[in-house]
Amino acid sequence: MALLEIEDLRVHFNTRDGVVRAVDGVSLTLDRHETLGIVGESGSGKSVTALTVMGLTRLPNAVVEGRVLLDGVDLLALPLHELRRIRGSRVAMVFQDPMSSLHPLYKVGWQIVEAIRAHGDVPKDVARRRAVQALADVGIPSPAERMDSYPHELSGGMRQRAMIAMALVLDPDVLIADEPTTALDVTVQAQILDVIRRLQAERGAAVALITHDLGVVAETADQLAVMYAGRVVERGPLATVLDAPEHPYTWGLLQSIPRLEAGPQRLQPIAGTPPSLIHVPSGCSFHPRCPYAFALCPEIVPPLVLSQPGHDVACHLPPAKRQAIGRRLRSEDDASGGLAAG
Amino acid sequence: MSRPALSAVAPLPAPTGAEPLVEVRDVVKHFPVRRGVFFGREHGSVHAVDGVSLEILRGEALGLVGESGCGKSTLARLVTRLLEPTSGTIVYEGTDITTWSRRRLRPLRRDVQMIFQDPYSSLNPRRTVGAIIGEPLRIRHVGTKATRRRRVRELMERVGLNPEHYNRYPHEFSGGQRQRIGIARALITTPKLIVADEPVSALDVSIQAQILNLLKDLQSEFELTYLFIAHDLNVVRHVSDRVAVMYLGRIVELSPVDDLYAKPVHPYTEALLSAVPVPETKARERVRGRIVLGGDVPSPAAPPPGCRFHPRCRYATDVCRTVEPPLVPRREGHVAAFHHPLNVGAR
Amino acid sequence: MSVHVETEASRRPSPGGPPGGLAAAQRALAGVLGSSMLRYVVRRILWGIVLLFVVSGLTFLIFYAFPAADPAALRAGRQATPQLIEQIRHSLGLDKPVYDQYWLYMKGLVLHFDLGYSYENNVSVTSQILSRLPATIALTAGAFVVWMLVGIPVGILSAIKRRSVVDRTTMGASLLAISAPVYWLGLIALLLFSQDIGELHFLPGAGSYTPLTSDPTQWFFSLLMPWFVLAAAFAAFYARMVRGNLIDVLGEDYIRTARAKGLSERRVILRHGLRAALTPVVTMAGLDLGVLLGGAILTETVFNIPGVGRYAYDSIINSDLPAIQGTVLFGAFFIIVANIVVDVLYAFLDPRVRY
Repeated sequence: MALLEIEDLRVHFNTRDGVVRAVDGVSLTLDRHETLGIVGESGSGKSVTALTVMGLTRLPNAVVEGRVLLDGVDLLALPLHELRRIRGSRVAMVFQDPMSSLHPLYKVGWQIVEAIRAHGDVPKDVARRRAVQALADVGIPSPAERMDSYPHELSGGMRQRAMIAMALVLDPDVLIADEPTTALDVTVQAQILDVIRRLQAERGAAVALITHDLGVVAETADQLAVMYAGRVVERGPLATVLDAPEHPYTWGLLQSIPRLEAGPQRLQPIAGTPPSLIHVPSGCSFHPRCPYAFALCPEIVPPLVLSQPGHDVACHLPPAKRQAIGRRLRSEDDASGGLAAG
Repeated sequence: MSRPALSAVAPLPAPTGAEPLVEVRDVVKHFPVRRGVFFGREHGSVHAVDGVSLEILRGEALGLVGESGCGKSTLARLVTRLLEPTSGTIVYEGTDITTWSRRRLRPLRRDVQMIFQDPYSSLNPRRTVGAIIGEPLRIRHVGTKATRRRRVRELMERVGLNPEHYNRYPHEFSGGQRQRIGIARALITTPKLIVADEPVSALDVSIQAQILNLLKDLQSEFELTYLFIAHDLNVVRHVSDRVAVMYLGRIVELSPVDDLYAKPVHPYTEALLSAVPVPETKARERVRGRIVLGGDVPSPAAPPPGCRFHPRCRYATDVCRTVEPPLVPRREGHVAAFHHPLNVGAR
Repeated sequence: MSVHVETEASRRPSPGGPPGGLAAAQRALAGVLGSSMLRYVVRRILWGIVLLFVVSGLTFLIFYAFPAADPAALRAGRQATPQLIEQIRHSLGLDKPVYDQYWLYMKGLVLHFDLGYSYENNVSVTSQILSRLPATIALTAGAFVVWMLVGIPVGILSAIKRRSVVDRTTMGASLLAISAPVYWLGLIALLLFSQDIGELHFLPGAGSYTPLTSDPTQWFFSLLMPWFVLAAAFAAFYARMVRGNLIDVLGEDYIRTARAKGLSERRVILRHGLRAALTPVVTMAGLDLGVLLGGAILTETVFNIPGVGRYAYDSIINSDLPAIQGTVLFGAFFIIVANIVVDVLYAFLDPRVRY
């Protein structure tokens, strides 16, 4: 049984403008020592999925259905006080913008110590020592002095390291990182991904890395899930999904990204705009933008089914046809130096 | 620390024999930090731009890359004279506009326009889209209300917006559409130069591609010159003819785009390129060969002596710590400010 | 307030030095006495003094240019002959040119804290103000306590239970309290509760103030109504402000992080939310306190409390220039001091603000 299993998760928000179907039937699994990359653009539902795992979407206007099993225990059914015991100690989260995600008026060390003491009767000096160690583990120089820094006194990279330290200080089984590098410079991004990779190797946690950047995912993930409009459209081992993608959205993403190696030719954007989550297109929600859509697509939601070993795809196109198109696009791209060029 | 005067940039062989539209020479912009009891002696300053010489050639797209704090946004505002430089000269079409007053600059504003990063905050939420795009014409009293309206609608269609939405408000549009509005607003006065400050950074990947394609199409159609600023090397690669790399207020490398990406000369460029994550399965191996720069970017208020990059440079030697390397041509059209190009290999 | 620029030195801690807590204390102390903070305080104080000069000059000028009545004539009384008035005018120094008068006044003020002598009864203005100060302080301090103890919890409750019945009731009530003029509220309170004229007569009425030292019980009860009346509008205002700030703060990212750490909701709201929401409230309270210490004129008048505010009112009625100037300067002094204190306090509460 996997460490974390998300089963048919649905999260709907009732708003004045209508029902926002943020997450509409998402199933994912996560194992120790494994990194799951969740890729999608804004509105794909990836962040809401993460927040729901942490129980942070328990709002009066939210309807949450499905199950989230941590070692067999359904987190969604847990009463809040028990969920709090799990938050931070067994499942921890790192957010996108460390400047706004850390409390501006408290020292960094204080915030980490608070996380430690919230989950057990730990004396202050012991907690402090553990916090210093946590800062050292993420590669912050002079950690003992850094404990007394305020977030605004640290650079962006340091702040994000501090956030990671705070998330990992209690040795959680699962780390969810929601766009951890998006707000950072590219050289700092490389450092942060390095930290996450290293710590995962050392501690064996399961990591869910949420991002819109396929490049980031390619470097860090073992498994990849692509989300669109609240659903998972493709998932499988990283190599398979990147080398032999089988969903038109994934093709579109890979083709529309400007590359370092490719020359400055015309990019192939995905036509149209991301859908509204209130008026989700019927059937396959990607069909209005899909160049391969046919009669069945607006009618029925394609189920996420096995296509190749370990590789699930939600598309009505027959597998043989998908693989053929994928191969053709790949060879075209190879010629121009893109897609899956080695 | 002795700082040898920057030699003027040797005239670069222009790609098509074009002459420079904008020339920037030894431009410096310091923002003072005031201390002191009453009126504050200048305690020090933030060296946002610290001696930049650059030419933007007519008809080209010049990309400007750098990380946060390198001064690229400040440089953009200097080129458009939204800021006045502390020293140095800015020459537009042969005329020195460095010290021109705002009033004198006004006719120039028709020719030089900006596109901003955040499509959510750069549009006035209380005005209709038609009013926003048409404003540059309206304040110059160009044409009649009817002709302006027609022109706005034409332009809206050209950038991919529905002209029927003339009377809608910004909040009714998506991020990508708002950026198109910003582009239309920049184009309405048929400018010669467009300075785009991170125009696609805030957009989703699939929309980025649409906007980048649009910008390229518009460039050839309207005969525009671009100064394109971004932190994303992939994006810059796609749009630019030449690329300049900035670090701590200085340009460290400038070259035609293919050359830069294939054979970078400066170690900072090298590190930047190696840091960019690539969506390929071989990415993991690439990671092992990655150059991870130590430390953080130093503060622009206290740049390191000598070559600014030396504290983080793996090729640094003594001369790097004391002497500032000048921006010198290394190859055809390619300049870099580096003491030891041989280390990187005269490729 | 200059922009704080992080130099390399300020970002990287100096190597060596005492460990952990001691270093932190050292740093805090250095921060307080640190040159930039000290320079800032000195600068504010100097400008404050300049401001006081300007205020005194302006009041002087106003009364010189637009006298309500001739103070010499007032002094002289009913049986005044022109010679008597002239004599009095001369003795008061009113026949001297204005800058001479001003110079004499400022000399007395700076050298002896002498605010002049009242035209009304020739008593030193300074002594008058000082004798009335305890009453004003008592009134202000008590009202302050009431409005903070009522306003802040109400604001917190309304923020947590946003849009509920509780919230709508409190916000509606606060709107009433803010709209009601304080003198009207005072009169209504007297009509309802005071022992002499009120319906439910259980509280001492107007004019019943006695100093704390002579009769503590009477002192306390005589101030109860004035406290609540004065505090009403402030409590309402602060409740709204706390509610608004807290709602904004609770939507911030760091609150989400706090919840993600597994903290109890109570801790999240109080330790994380309130801490950020209250900073502007504290500074606002300091300013309000400063203004009120200059005299809560309306309340003191309605309840006939012999404070500085009442004195100011009386002296205006009597065109008693030295007294008016004295109370104006006095009020200005408190406001300036409160401003400086509040700004310095803000730097302690919000580490992002530095001078």
